[in-house]
Amino acid sequence: MMKLILVLFCSIAADFSGSAQTKPSGKQFKASTSSAKQGLSILQMSNGKKVYDLYCQACHQADGNGVPRLNPPLTGTVYVNGSKTRLIDIVLNGLSDPIEINGEEYNNPMAAHDFLTDQQIADVLTYVRNSFGNKSGPITEQEVKKQRAKK
Amino acid sequence: MKKYLLGVLGFLPLLSVSAQKQPEVPIKLPAGFSSQIVASNFGRVRHIAVNTNGDLYMKLDRLVNGKGIYRLRDKNKDGIMEDTLAFGNYTGTGIGIYKGYLYATSDETVYRYQLDTNQDIVNPDKPEIVVEGLLNLRQHASKSITFDKAGNIYVNIGAPSNVCQEKDRQKGSPGMTPCPILETAGGIWQFSTAKLNQKLADGVRYATGMRNALGIDWNHEVDDLYATIHGRDMLFQYFPEMYDQKKGAELPSETFYRVKKGDDCGWPFVYWDHFQNKKILSPEYGGDGKKEGAPNAISPLVGFPGHMAPNALLMYNGNQFPAKYKHGAFIAFHGSWNRTPEPQEGFYVVFVPMKNGMPTGNWEVFADGFSGMSPVTNLSAAKHRPTGLAMGPDGAIYVSDDKVGYVWKISYKP
Repeated sequence: MMKLILVLFCSIAADFSGSAQTKPSGKQFKASTSSAKQGLSILQMSNGKKVYDLYCQACHQADGNGVPRLNPPLTGTVYVNGSKTRLIDIVLNGLSDPIEINGEEYNNPMAAHDFLTDQQIADVLTYVRNSFGNKSGPITEQEVKKQRAKK
Repeated sequence: MKKYLLGVLGFLPLLSVSAQKQPEVPIKLPAGFSSQIVASNFGRVRHIAVNTNGDLYMKLDRLVNGKGIYRLRDKNKDGIMEDTLAFGNYTGTGIGIYKGYLYATSDETVYRYQLDTNQDIVNPDKPEIVVEGLLNLRQHASKSITFDKAGNIYVNIGAPSNVCQEKDRQKGSPGMTPCPILETAGGIWQFSTAKLNQKLADGVRYATGMRNALGIDWNHEVDDLYATIHGRDMLFQYFPEMYDQKKGAELPSETFYRVKKGDDCGWPFVYWDHFQNKKILSPEYGGDGKKEGAPNAISPLVGFPGHMAPNALLMYNGNQFPAKYKHGAFIAFHGSWNRTPEPQEGFYVVFVPMKNGMPTGNWEVFADGFSGMSPVTNLSAAKHRPTGLAMGPDGAIYVSDDKVGYVWKISYKP
C-alpha cells in the first residue's frame, strides 16, 4: 500500500510540477495534466483506491479489465470516461440492463452501491476515471450529491 | 467488431497451418502424453464434439464471419484438419453428436442437424428445433447438453442468479425461500430426442438445486448422469465477518456430482465445503460458515477449490489412454476471477480416477499450462482458458479454449 501511494504521489507530483508536455510516467495512476488542473487530489485517489479494493475489485479485477462475458472492463470505455451523471447513476442504482463494450456483451448484474457515501462514490469514481489508462478527471462530492437527490 | 472480423478473415486461410510457427504456451502432461494444436484463433470456442470420422465441431459464443458453428475436417488424412465448414448464425455453448444428428444450442434453443452416411450435414442452413424458449436472462445462460442411451437429451439450465437473493448480487439482500428460480432453471432438464419443437413444459426437471451445471456427461459404465457445478460467488465480499479473504477464495467448493433422477444438489440453500466435507448453510439463509443445511440434498463426489469454474466434463470410455484413465472423469477448469486479490486458480484439465461410477483416488492436474503463466495474478493476462472437452474415435481427447479459440488434441503413446 505504502509503495502504491508513493507511486501515486510521484506520478501526480510530476504533473503538478508543471511539466505540461511530458507524459506522466507512473503506471498505477496516470493522472493527466488537465485532470490535475481540475483538482485531482492525492487523497481522493488513495481513498478511492481503498473503496475500489473493497467493493469493485472482486468483479472488475485489480487491473480494471473485468471478466470476459461477465463483468465489464473499466478501461477505455465511454461508460467510465464519458458522462459523469450516467457513471454516478450506475454506482447508485446498479446495472442489470444488457451492456455492450467494444462489441462484447457482459452478463452479470451489478448491485446498487447507494450505501456508499457521496464522498466515497466521488473518490472511487475519481480513482477509476484516472487509473488503468483512463485520464478523465475527478468527480466531486457535490456532483454525487446532486445526482443522488434526483433519485 | 469490424476490425476484429477483418482480422479473422485475414487469418482464416492460415488457421491450422500457422499454429506450428508461432511460439505457443507449452502444455504440461503426464509422461507418454503429447499435445497438438488442431485449431487456433477461432475466438470464443465453447464446447466441442468429435464425430466417428474424426470431424471436429466447435460451438462459438461469438460469431466468426457470421457463423457460430465450425467443422474442421482432415480431408486428405495427413493429420491436419485443413477443411473448414461454417454454419449456424447463432452464438452459444452446447454441442454434441447423437444417433445421426449434430445437436447445438443457443442460450434459448436446442437445434439439430441431420448427418448423412458420409457424416456430412444434410442441410446446414435449416436445422430442426428440438427445444425452444428456454430461460435466458444472460447470467449463466449457456445451455450444455448430453445424451443417455435411451433417446433422451439433457440440458443444463443455469440459474440466472448468484444465490437466489431478493436482489441478485446485492450485499445484505436476504435469500428467498422457496427459491422461485428453481421452477424454470437451476437444474438439468430431460427431453426426448424423438420430438421436435418442445417447450420447457414438455421436458422433465431431472435434477435441481444446481446453480450452473456447465459440465454434463453421461457415464456409460454405470448408465448415469454426471455433472460439474459452478459454486456461488462473494462469500468474503458479502460476509467478511465470517470469511476472510483466503477462505473466500477457497470456498465454496466447485463440485462434481453423480446425478440420479429427482436429485437435489442444494443450491441456493447450501454450498459444499471441502475442508469440512459438509453441506454448509448459505449465510443468506441463516448460515454462519459452520451450520449445516439441506439434509435431503445429495453430496458431491469431489469438492474442488473455489471459483475455478468447471466448464466441461468428459467421462472417459476410450481405449487409447492407460487403464487408470478408463471410466474416469476429465474436467476442464476455465480459471477463476472471484479469488481476487488472491492469485487466480484453475486454467487446467483435471483427472478424477474412477471405477463403477465412484472415485477411486484423489484428483490430479492432467493438463496444465494453458494460462501461459504461474501464478495468474490478472485474469486478463491468461493466454487461454479451457472450456470444452471431447473424445475422438481413436480415444484421444480434445480441449478447447474460449479466450482466443484454440483446440488441442491430447494423445498417448507408450
